[in-house]
Amino acid sequence: MLQPGLKFEQAPPISVPFRFFLSAPVFGLACAGLILWQGPELFASRWTPSALAATHLLTLGFLASAMIGAMMQILPVLVGAAMPAPRVVAAVTHVLLVLGTLALTGGFLLLQPVSLQAAVVLLSTAFAVFAAAVGASLARVRTWNTTVGVMALATIALAAAVALGATLAASLGWGLALPSASIHDLHPVWGLLGWIGVLVIGVAYQVVPMFQMTPAYPSALTRWLTWTIFAVLVLWSGARLALGEAGAPLASALGLALIVAFIAFALVTLGLQRQRRRRQADVTLDFWRVGMACLVAAGACWAARLLVPERLPDGFDVFLGVLAIAGVALSVINGMMYKITPFLVWFHLQSIVARRTTVPHMRKILGEREQRAQLRAHLAALALLFASPWWPLLAYPAGLALGVSMALLLRNLIAVVRAYRETVDRVTVSSSG
Amino acid sequence: MASIEEFMAQHHKACDARFAEAEAAAGGGDWTVAGRLFKAFEKEMAHHFEMEEAVLFPAFEERTGMDGGPTYMMREEHEQMRQILAAMTAAAEAQDADEYLGQAETLNILMQQHNLKEEQVLYRMMDQQFGGEADMLLARFDEVGAA
Repeated sequence: MLQPGLKFEQAPPISVPFRFFLSAPVFGLACAGLILWQGPELFASRWTPSALAATHLLTLGFLASAMIGAMMQILPVLVGAAMPAPRVVAAVTHVLLVLGTLALTGGFLLLQPVSLQAAVVLLSTAFAVFAAAVGASLARVRTWNTTVGVMALATIALAAAVALGATLAASLGWGLALPSASIHDLHPVWGLLGWIGVLVIGVAYQVVPMFQMTPAYPSALTRWLTWTIFAVLVLWSGARLALGEAGAPLASALGLALIVAFIAFALVTLGLQRQRRRRQADVTLDFWRVGMACLVAAGACWAARLLVPERLPDGFDVFLGVLAIAGVALSVINGMMYKITPFLVWFHLQSIVARRTTVPHMRKILGEREQRAQLRAHLAALALLFASPWWPLLAYPAGLALGVSMALLLRNLIAVVRAYRETVDRVTVSSSG
Repeated sequence: MASIEEFMAQHHKACDARFAEAEAAAGGGDWTVAGRLFKAFEKEMAHHFEMEEAVLFPAFEERTGMDGGPTYMMREEHEQMRQILAAMTAAAEAQDADEYLGQAETLNILMQQHNLKEEQVLYRMMDQQFGGEADMLLARFDEVGAA
C-alpha cells in the first residue's frame, strides 16, 4: 500500500502560520503593559482579575496562537495530513482567537459578565473549528506513527482544557454554579500539561535530534511517555472529580507520577543536547535549555505543593504558574520560532524565485545577533518575573523587561517577513522589467 | 535480509557526522581543515544522491509506475541541497564564516526534514516493494562508486 505523504507541495500558504506567529508577541506586549499598569497587585494571588487576565494574554494570545500556527504547518508537512481549506481555517480560527482573548481579558479586568459570555462563545468556536480541522486531516492519515498520535492526544487535551475553561468562564459570565471546585485545578493542568506539554514533547522527539544532531530519544520513551501522561491525566481528573476529598491521596500519587514523567523528559532532553554533534552556539538551543531547566524546577515545586502544602510561603502558586508558563512554555516556543520562521521563508522563497535570483540563507533572513539580544531580554524578564511574587515592587521592572523582550521578538519576526517581501519584490520587478 | 531503510538511514548518519566536523572547523576559523572536511562531506553527499538517483529511485519508479510522486519531490530537494552545497563551496573558498555557517544552518534543516521523510515514508515503501530483492539493489551501489 502506498501512503500519501512526502508531498511537500501540501505545505500551506505562508500566511497561514505567520498570522499566528506575528500576533503572539503583540499579546505578549499587552501582557507586559498590563503588568506595568497593575503593578505588584497582579502577583498577589492567582485569583486576582489582573493575574487571570495576564495569564490568558500569554496562554491564549501567545502560546496557543503560536502552537496553532505551528501545527497547521507541521500536520501537512511532517505528518503528510493535508488540512482542508487551510486559509479559511486559519483566518477564522485566528480572528476568533484574537477577539475571544480580548473579550476574556477585558471581562476579567472590567468584571463584565457580557464580555465573559462573548469570550465563551468566541473561544469555544475558535478551538472547535481548529480541532475539527485537525480531526479531518488526521482522519486522512493511513499510517499512524508517534507524531500523528501526539498530535491527536494534544488536540484532545486542548479540547478538554477549553471545555473546562469555558465552564469556568460561563459560571462567572452567567452566574452559574460550578459543577465541581476541582475544575479550577483541572483547567490549567489540562492546558499546560496536556495540550502544551504533550505537544512540546512530541515535537521535541523530531526537532531536538534534527536541529543539533543529537542522538534520538530512547524508543521506550517515545513509545510510552505521551500516552502515559495522557492516561494519568485522565485518572487524576477522575480522582479529583468523582472521589472528592477521599480521592486526595490517589490524586497526589498520580500528580507525582506526572511530575516524574515530565522531569524525566526534561533530563533526557538536556542529556541528548549535551551529546549534540553540532557544537556552534545556537539561540534556539539556549531557549530550550532554559525551558527544560524551568521544567525540572516547576516539577519540583509542584511536588512540594503536593507533599508539604502547609509549609509553603504565600506567593508559591503564582511562582509555580510563572515558572511553568513563562519559564517553560514561553521559552521553548519562543526559541522554536527562530528555527521555524526563517526556514519557512527560505522554503517558500525557493519555490517562488525558481532560480531567477539567489535566496538569502537563514541567518541573512534573521541574524544570530538579533536573536541573541532578544534571548537576553527574555532571561532578564524571567528572572524578574520569578522574583515578583516574593518582592512585589519588582513587578515594574519585570513588566518592562517582558515588554522589551516581546518588542524585540516582534521586531525580529517583522524582519523575517520583510526579508520574504524584499526577495519576492525583486523577482517580480526583474520578471516584469 | 538487508533493509533499505536501515542501510540508507545509516548513511544519513555518516553524512551528518561529516557535516558537523566541517561546521565545527569552519566555526573555529581553521579553514585549511574546514576546507578539507567540507570536501569530504560534499563527496559523501554526492555519493548518497547518486545511490538514490541512479539506483533506488529508478527501480522504485519502474516498480510502482510512480515517477511524479515521492521520488520527484526528493529529487527536487536534492537539487536545492546541491545549490546550498555550491554556496558553501564558495564560502569555504572565500573563508567567509558568516556565509558558511548561515548556509550550513539552512542546509541542516532542509537535510534533516528530507531524511525524516525518506526514513519514515519512502524507504519503508521501498522495503515493502522490494522485500528480499533489496540485497540486489544495495549491491548495485558499488557500480556508482564507493563512499
